Amino acid sequence: MTTATTSPGATAPAVHTDAQLLERSWKVPIGLGVFALVAIILFVVLGRDGQSVFSFTASNANAVQLPTLPLGARATGIVVSVIAVLMAAGAAVLVQRRVHVPLWYVAIYTLTLVIGFLVWTTTGNTLHITGLLVGSLALSAPLIFGALGGVISERVGVTNVAIEGQLLAGAFVSAVTASVTGSLVAGVIAAMVAGVLVSFVLGAFAVKYAVNQVIVGIVLNVLVLGLTTFLYQTVLVNNQTTLNTPPRFHNIDIPLLSQIPVIGPLLFSQTVIVYLMYIAVIAIFVGLFRTRWGLRLRAVGEHPQAADTVGINVARTRFWNVALAGAIVGLGGAYFTLGSVGPFSQNMTNGNGFIALAAVIFGRWDPIRATLAALLFGFASNLQSVISILGSPVPNDFLLMLPYVVTIFAVAGVVGRVRGPAAAGRPYVKS
Amino acid sequence: MTGSENTAPESRSARVLREIASGGVALTVLSVILAFVIGGILIAATDPTVQQTAGYFFARPTDMLSAVWQSVSGAYASLFRGGVYDFTAPDFQGGIVSLLSSLNYATPLIAAGLGIAIGFRTGVFNIGGQGQMLIGATAAGWVGFALPLPAGIHLIVAIIAGLLGGMVWAGIVGLLKARTGAHEVIVTIMMNYIALYLLQFLLHTPVLRAPGSQNPQTPAEKPTALLFSVFGPNYDLSFGFVLVVAATIGCWWLLSRSSLGFKLRAVGENPRAARVAGINVNRTIVYAMALSGLLVGLAGVYQVLGQNTTGFGSDIDAGIGFNAITVTLLGRSRPWGVFAAGIVFGILQAGSNTMQVAQGVDIDIVTVIQSIIVLFIAAPPLVRAIFRLPAPGSRPRAARSKKVAEAK
Repeated sequence: MTTATTSPGATAPAVHTDAQLLERSWKVPIGLGVFALVAIILFVVLGRDGQSVFSFTASNANAVQLPTLPLGARATGIVVSVIAVLMAAGAAVLVQRRVHVPLWYVAIYTLTLVIGFLVWTTTGNTLHITGLLVGSLALSAPLIFGALGGVISERVGVTNVAIEGQLLAGAFVSAVTASVTGSLVAGVIAAMVAGVLVSFVLGAFAVKYAVNQVIVGIVLNVLVLGLTTFLYQTVLVNNQTTLNTPPRFHNIDIPLLSQIPVIGPLLFSQTVIVYLMYIAVIAIFVGLFRTRWGLRLRAVGEHPQAADTVGINVARTRFWNVALAGAIVGLGGAYFTLGSVGPFSQNMTNGNGFIALAAVIFGRWDPIRATLAALLFGFASNLQSVISILGSPVPNDFLLMLPYVVTIFAVAGVVGRVRGPAAAGRPYVKS
Repeated sequence: MTGSENTAPESRSARVLREIASGGVALTVLSVILAFVIGGILIAATDPTVQQTAGYFFARPTDMLSAVWQSVSGAYASLFRGGVYDFTAPDFQGGIVSLLSSLNYATPLIAAGLGIAIGFRTGVFNIGGQGQMLIGATAAGWVGFALPLPAGIHLIVAIIAGLLGGMVWAGIVGLLKARTGAHEVIVTIMMNYIALYLLQFLLHTPVLRAPGSQNPQTPAEKPTALLFSVFGPNYDLSFGFVLVVAATIGCWWLLSRSSLGFKLRAVGENPRAARVAGINVNRTIVYAMALSGLLVGLAGVYQVLGQNTTGFGSDIDAGIGFNAITVTLLGRSRPWGVFAAGIVFGILQAGSNTMQVAQGVDIDIVTVIQSIIVLFIAAPPLVRAIFRLPAPGSRPRAARSKKVAEAK
């Protein structure tokens, strides 16, 4: 069972780079080609006449205002389709020459298609770009915390499927604590403690008792869901005013920076939790790859035996870093309550932990890439809600489906046989 | 999972003896007891009478203790009444209704649990039970209400459609994993959402939505397609349960007697060794996922043709896709283990309804108890430590046996 979390491709890491040079993988050009075809069908064959107006105005009145940008639907569609076809052909040429198609290439391609889709779908309407992006960041924030916790946990060699449970525990405990004490700081700290407690169970079972980590994670999710729902139904529902009316964080404008158009309201007029998130992303990136802590953590996750040989206590390193990951995810849980709506409601994380897990793998166990993946998911789900309000020719359910389909394409095509931390999911039993 | 470590040939009777001796059965029982104790603490702690009497605990401690006893014993008594045998009913027929309803609740849990167990034994984590059930239920349900077929044939066609639906949905994941190495945990989770939104979309179109209805709900199933009651209307046990017994026997045969089952287990134990031994690992993974989805599809079939026959919506999976994972873990991925675990969960589920109505204890306490049972069972050393049981004495050296136990 312990080998289950590693894909078959991970069995031959040594020849990985050689195989890449020798074998030409046509997955990326084929994937880009398929989407280019979709673009032609949607934007040209089924093209719509009219204009889509991109507005950059912000709710923040202090910000410098930009003029609106009107775009002709059909013209934009044709341009986007041409670019898509050319880029797909370009990828094919790169593969023909045995050059790896870089990630930024795919990113630019995706961005082009997204713009094309936005123009096509909002034809005859005004799309508020700033609002779209601000909403996306709001939806992404808990995903990013979850993904960061997942990255740390998996890098140290413990597969963390319990992100969902940690988020939910954080959301529940922070709402109750902040309601009782009236203090936001206490709420946030309590959320982190809740995440750590879930991590303690995960760590104890996975590290001390060497139970299969995916199993513990799944069961912990069920346990936290059951526990919070039970307590919500029996205790919170009857005492809403005393136990479930927490205060909420207010947005803080950072002077000067918050006045930059689009970026200002997006990045610099946020709650404390989001600012903490920026710090967490940077700190974890630097920490993982530039500090002794990160080196030890990665060593334990890649080759616990070697780490043990040079005197690193594998069990302790794993246990405490999983606890740290729990604190970070728990903070993300507080975002659901204190950072956005306020009161806790039953199963309010609603599968976000699993999306965060997808972001970890999509982001190849790298904090920055995982953050970008989480942003992509947040953008996709917010795009859906914005577009469904504007009225789109595509049925709402397909828009809801889109991020998941894209993820499958990405995991199967672009990411493909990725290699996670070598020892992730495997208990280390000192011999 | 335990059991898979027993690579050395060992007769079945010897294994049973050793397991009882090393406390395998005892551990399961103790885990269940522990979980119920923790559940009892939760029930008592959230009971308003207990909270009230706790206020003057030191003045009259008996008040609180009796309140605790009242709430916990009342809750578990009604759990038993609703899940196993209703001792308040006047006759046997009225009493046994509880157990029959538990078996009906257990039916989809066992079916889906078997599917997930086949995945686990092959080393594939099928988290996509929800999606496979939704697609299976949609296929079976559509055949059930849309096609005018004669009785008998109608049911068979509907069941096959449901099985194929689940199989295709999981097979896609298997193919993606085999062809591109896409991680099945991620892909199955994504496929859950895709199935959900696909079904929601179809429920808004005339394909599935009942004519003239405003709700996203299908028309009722035709009576010719329904899973009938085996023992007649007085003792309501669905034919689905018979199917699930057959599926359990089939899975047992497949995993322990067939050549495909051997390949599945070989890949699950060690894919590299399996590859060296000449087993096509990728193809085996596709088979495992397809079989897994087929069985989960059976759970979907039961939901539309046995449980909820008056038309279904997008919540037809009823969380079974995820609950089945816990069932599988409790059953240690063995067919008969899953069968027994499914019945335990069925009893808890049926009983929890009575418990909520009679005692006002929220249903979700059962989820807590279930997950705590599985957690304890997953870590035998922990239960041994709590009850101060000796480590399994099958190995002479204490230090070694401890390590073996920890490795599990």
